[in-house]
Amino acid sequence: MSLFRTELRRLAKRRIARWMTVGGLVVLVLVAAGMFLTNHKIGPEQLAEARRQIDRQHQEQVRWADQERANCERVKAAGETADHYPVDCAQITAPPRESFDEQWFLPPTFDFRASFGEMLIPLAAILAMVGFVVGASFVGAEWSTGAMMNLLLWRPKRLTVLLTKLGALLTGLLALALPATAAWFGSMWLVANLRGTTEGMTSGTWQSFLIGGLRGIVLALVAATVGFALASLGRHTAMALGGAVAVMVVGQVGLGILLAMAQVRFAEAWLLPTYAMAWMTKKVTLQDWQACDATYTGQCEPATLDITWQHSSVLFTVGIVLFLGSALWMMRRRDIT
Amino acid sequence: MSAVLEIEGLRKTYRSRRRGARNALDNFDMRVEAGQVHGFLGPNGSGKTTTLRTLLGLIRPNGGRMAILGHEVPDTLDQVAPQVGAIVESPQFFPHFTARDTLSLLAGAGGLPEQRVDEVLELVGLRDRAGERVKTYSLGMKQRLAVASALLKNPRLLILDEPANGLDPGGIREMRTLMRNLAESGMTVVLSSHILGEIQLICDSVTIISLGRRVAFGPVDEVLARHSSGAVRLRLEAVTDLPVAAAALTRSGVRVTTNDDHLMLGGVDKPATVTRLLAEQGLYVSELASVAVDLESVFLELTATAPVPGQHRQVDQSVRVDGTAPSAPAGGGWGA
Repeated sequence: MSLFRTELRRLAKRRIARWMTVGGLVVLVLVAAGMFLTNHKIGPEQLAEARRQIDRQHQEQVRWADQERANCERVKAAGETADHYPVDCAQITAPPRESFDEQWFLPPTFDFRASFGEMLIPLAAILAMVGFVVGASFVGAEWSTGAMMNLLLWRPKRLTVLLTKLGALLTGLLALALPATAAWFGSMWLVANLRGTTEGMTSGTWQSFLIGGLRGIVLALVAATVGFALASLGRHTAMALGGAVAVMVVGQVGLGILLAMAQVRFAEAWLLPTYAMAWMTKKVTLQDWQACDATYTGQCEPATLDITWQHSSVLFTVGIVLFLGSALWMMRRRDIT
Repeated sequence: MSAVLEIEGLRKTYRSRRRGARNALDNFDMRVEAGQVHGFLGPNGSGKTTTLRTLLGLIRPNGGRMAILGHEVPDTLDQVAPQVGAIVESPQFFPHFTARDTLSLLAGAGGLPEQRVDEVLELVGLRDRAGERVKTYSLGMKQRLAVASALLKNPRLLILDEPANGLDPGGIREMRTLMRNLAESGMTVVLSSHILGEIQLICDSVTIISLGRRVAFGPVDEVLARHSSGAVRLRLEAVTDLPVAAAALTRSGVRVTTNDDHLMLGGVDKPATVTRLLAEQGLYVSELASVAVDLESVFLELTATAPVPGQHRQVDQSVRVDGTAPSAPAGGGWGA
C-alpha cells in the first residue's frame, strides 16, 4: 500500500502529468466557451426575426421570378433564341412561402438531447490523449533516467512494482476523468440552458449519456494502459509516442490510402479511429458505394457493414492483453542494465 | 565471523548473434564478513557491476549461488532488500525532482518515516541544497544523493559502486570517514572503487576480479603480503661501484635492475645476505630498504593492466585466472 501511495505521489509530482492535465482541461474549457459563444437561445424574438427573413427572401424570389418571366416572354416575343429559358415562360415561378424552413434562418442552438452524445467524443479523445502521453511518460521516463532501477533496489518484485505503477496511473487518471466528465455534463447542461434547450430529456436519455460518459472514461483508461505498456516495453517514453505516431501516420493514413487505391471493400474497417468511434457511438455503419443491394422498389442501395461497440471491445481487450502481457513478460525476463 | 554476503560459482553469459557468447562472470566467488569494509576491485569490464547487479536482482545469473544476510538471492531478495542499501554504477535519478522529493519517494516506497530523509541529507551534506532539482546538481552532489538514498534504509549491508566518483578531495575524505563510522556502527560496507589508495586506507578486506573471475581475496594485509615481491632498494657510498655490486649480486642469484644511482634487487629473502656479500667485495652500503608493495601495484600485477609505453590496452585485455592473457582485438585507441 505504501508503494501505491508513493506512486500516486510520484504521478502528481510529474510535470508532464500536471501540464497534460492543465492542457486537456484548457482545451475542454475552450470547447465549452466556443459552444456557449456560437449558440443562442431560441425564443419568440428569434422566431419572429427568422420569419421576417423568410418573408424578405420569399419576396426577393418572387421579384426575381417575375423579372425572369418577363424577360423570357420578351425574348420569346422577339423570336430570339433563348436556350436557358423553358418552353413555357409561365413555368418560371418563385418557390412557395411554405418551402422556406424556419430552421434555416434561426441562429445555431444547442439541443442537449440531440447533441450532447456527440459532445462526449471530444471529451473522450482529450482524456485518451492525456492518458496515453502521461501513461507512457510515467514509466518511460523512469526507465530512461534510471529511477526505475533505483526503485527496484528498494522493491525487487518487478511485476508488483510495474502493476502498482499501472494501478496508480489508472487511479490518477480516474481521479481526473470522473470530475472532468461530471464538469463536462454540467457545463454542457449550462450551455443548453443558456444557449439552447434541455427539452425532451428522459431517464432513458440520461442513462444513455451516462453510459456514453463511462465509455469515454474506459477509452481513456485503455489508451493510458497501452501507452504505459509500450513505454515499458521500449523502456523509453519515445517508444510509446513514436509508436503512436508511426501507427497513426504509417499504419492508418498510409493504410487508408493503400486500401482506397486497392479498392478494398469497407476500408475503414481496418482503421483504428473507426473502432474508437464505434465504441463511443455504439455503432458505425460503413457503406460500400461500389456494391448494389437491390430494394423492393428497384433502387440500388450501397452494401453496409456495421462495426459495433462489441467489436471495439474485443479489439481493445486483445490490444491490452498483447501489449500489457508483453510488457509484464519483458519486465520479468529482461536484465536491467 | 558470519558472512553477510556469499557468492559461489556465479556465472553470467551474454550472448550475441554477432559477437557470440561472452562470459561476464565465470565461476566467480566472493565472501564478505559482517562489520567489514570490503573493497571490490577490478579493471573496467571485469564484471564488478555485473556482480553487484546480479546480487541485487537486476540481472539474472546463468548459474551459481548467492546469499545476503543468510537469505538466498534472488529467490528471497524481497525479504532482505529492506536491509540492503545500494548504489550501482553512476547515480541515476529523475532529473526534475528535488533531492528531498527523490528521497521522500524512496522512503515512501520503503515505508520509512520522512524524518529519516532529513537525517541522511544532513549526513551527506546536502541539507541546504535539498530543495533544488537534481538536474542542477554536479556529479559530486549526485553522488552524495546516491549515498543518501543507499543510507536511507539504515541498512545492515551497504553496497557502493564508485561512491567517490566526482567528489572533491574534501568529499573523498568525508566519504572515507563516513565509511569507517558506518563500519564501526556495525554496518557491513562493500565498496567498489578504482581509487586504490582509498581502498587500501579504509578497507579491511578485498576481492579482486579480472575477466569475471576472482584473482585475489582476503584481508588487505594478507593480499599485500602474498604478492610482495621481496624487492629491495640498494644504494652504495660510491655510485661508481654499482656495476661491480650488480655483477656480484647477479652471480649470487639475485635479480638486479640497475638504475642511475641505485640498484633494485628482487628475490631477496634476507637483506643481511646482501650486506654480507657486498662487504666481502669491499663495497659499503649507504641504503638498503625493502620496497613496500601497495594495493595499486598488486592490482596492476594481478590483472595485468599496468600501462606499457607505446601500447594501447583494450578494455578486455586483462589476465585470466590461469595466467594466460586473452587475445586482444586488432586496432588501438580507447575502447576500440
